[in-house]
Amino acid sequence: MALNPADTAWLLVATALVLVMTPALGFFYGGMVRTKNALNTLMMSFSALGFVGLAWALVGYSIAFGRASQWCGGSEYMLLHGVTLDAQGTIPHVLFFAYQGTFAVITAALISGAIVERMRFGPYIAFITLWSLFVYAPVAHWVWGNGGFLAKLGALDFAGGTVVHINAAAAALVCAIVVGSRKDYARQAMLPQNVPFTLLGAGLLWLGWFGFNAGSALGANRSAALAFANTMLAPMATLVVWTMLDLMRTKKATAIGAATGIVVGLVAITPAAGFVSPMSAIILGAIAAFPSYFALLYRARTRLDDSLDVVAAHGVGGVVGALLTGVFASKVWSGGAGSGVIDGNVRQLGIQAIAVLVTIVYSSIATLIIVKIVGALSALRATPRDEGLGLDFSQHGEEAYSRGEGAILLLDRRSE
Amino acid sequence: MKLVVAVIRPEKLNDVLEALFLAEIKGLTIARVQGHGGETERVETYRGTTVKMELSEKVRLEIGVSDHFVDPTVNAIMNAARTGDVGDGKIFVLPVEQVYRIRTGETDRAAVTPIGVPPG
Repeated sequence: MALNPADTAWLLVATALVLVMTPALGFFYGGMVRTKNALNTLMMSFSALGFVGLAWALVGYSIAFGRASQWCGGSEYMLLHGVTLDAQGTIPHVLFFAYQGTFAVITAALISGAIVERMRFGPYIAFITLWSLFVYAPVAHWVWGNGGFLAKLGALDFAGGTVVHINAAAAALVCAIVVGSRKDYARQAMLPQNVPFTLLGAGLLWLGWFGFNAGSALGANRSAALAFANTMLAPMATLVVWTMLDLMRTKKATAIGAATGIVVGLVAITPAAGFVSPMSAIILGAIAAFPSYFALLYRARTRLDDSLDVVAAHGVGGVVGALLTGVFASKVWSGGAGSGVIDGNVRQLGIQAIAVLVTIVYSSIATLIIVKIVGALSALRATPRDEGLGLDFSQHGEEAYSRGEGAILLLDRRSE
Repeated sequence: MKLVVAVIRPEKLNDVLEALFLAEIKGLTIARVQGHGGETERVETYRGTTVKMELSEKVRLEIGVSDHFVDPTVNAIMNAARTGDVGDGKIFVLPVEQVYRIRTGETDRAAVTPIGVPPG
């Protein structure tokens, strides 16, 4: 196929939009932790841009989009060999590579929400880098790669509900269990340090998600327009239902609830974005609010310290979205690319469930192996003392809100 | 009556409050303060600027108690606030000349005795 300038222009913009989602996630998460861990939480997202991004360029892209088998890509694109200006579809191959790279980065960063405020920074970086190579890249190959087996099976995942959100949430659950809960968890109240950050992050995530979903059409076409409209509508519906649930439960519409509702709606519409009608997107977004809302409430009463509720938001929201894609996918709206239960294709729901299950099982087992290996080489957790002092100082030697009182300038450390 | 003044680590505040509550010591004032008590130095770096933080965040508690409550109060704070590292803080016990409860005008021992407990 020949290069198409309109498609190329849209994917250039979409790539930049998805890249910004990772810093946005940092702010979304960073607002919800305590002051003493704000920088560490932001760094868990920002560092993924470097470490996971490079691992993707050097190795991961080839595993995901190389051709070797239906299980795993080959080595043909390693070290960016063969990633040229030639057309991949209707856009330059190098642009396709860059676009996919932004997905790898945010998927790995999503996991951090489960282990904030106690995991040491070095082992965290090692973990997400390895995870992006051994979990994200193969799963991306299965669904989107050349001849991946879930693609052959007919699983529908427009922009990554399974590959990104369910995958990251399964890993988050394993990490939360292996790393263990924060020492103050369920003993004292741990309040968010900056709720406006969380709202800012949710707003920027929504902006970036237009690139994530509408960009996944890989062109400036009808499918992109549909995904764009659905990315707007579904979170609107989730936000409304979430607010109603808040009002019914506590008589107050909470701001953190609004931010969470938006993200849950975005997660849920991700696999369906280019397959369902705008009216279906509204219904899908509205339905998706319920399971995640009650999963959040339930989780807080358990011993599972999935601190920022990656499982309830991305896991539960992702599963609901993946299954509802199998319900609402419409031949007319998707241009024949998918059809679900409303078209009389009940079988699609089963295929969606298989893709979800396979991803959860593989991601959980592979994550467990990686986190155990990293844990065998180096302690995963900060010491209780460092956890008490906060990870900003103990891991980074900085504070988020430093007033400078009592700070003495060291002019030349060598002369000490 | 005595005034117990304790300076502790902020991350130990909840443990201390819990211990005081268990020892049935009610009525206290806290303040966030900064201080220095010989802690090992804390170095932070911001781009090219390296600074030594000579003042650390601390929490100061003030508790007015009748004499026979001094030991339980001090013990509760001491056990709950201790990590064993330099910087755990200090406890001062000061004599008090006069105490008034503003609401009732009660003085001294009656004023530092929690509501619902007969003075004695």
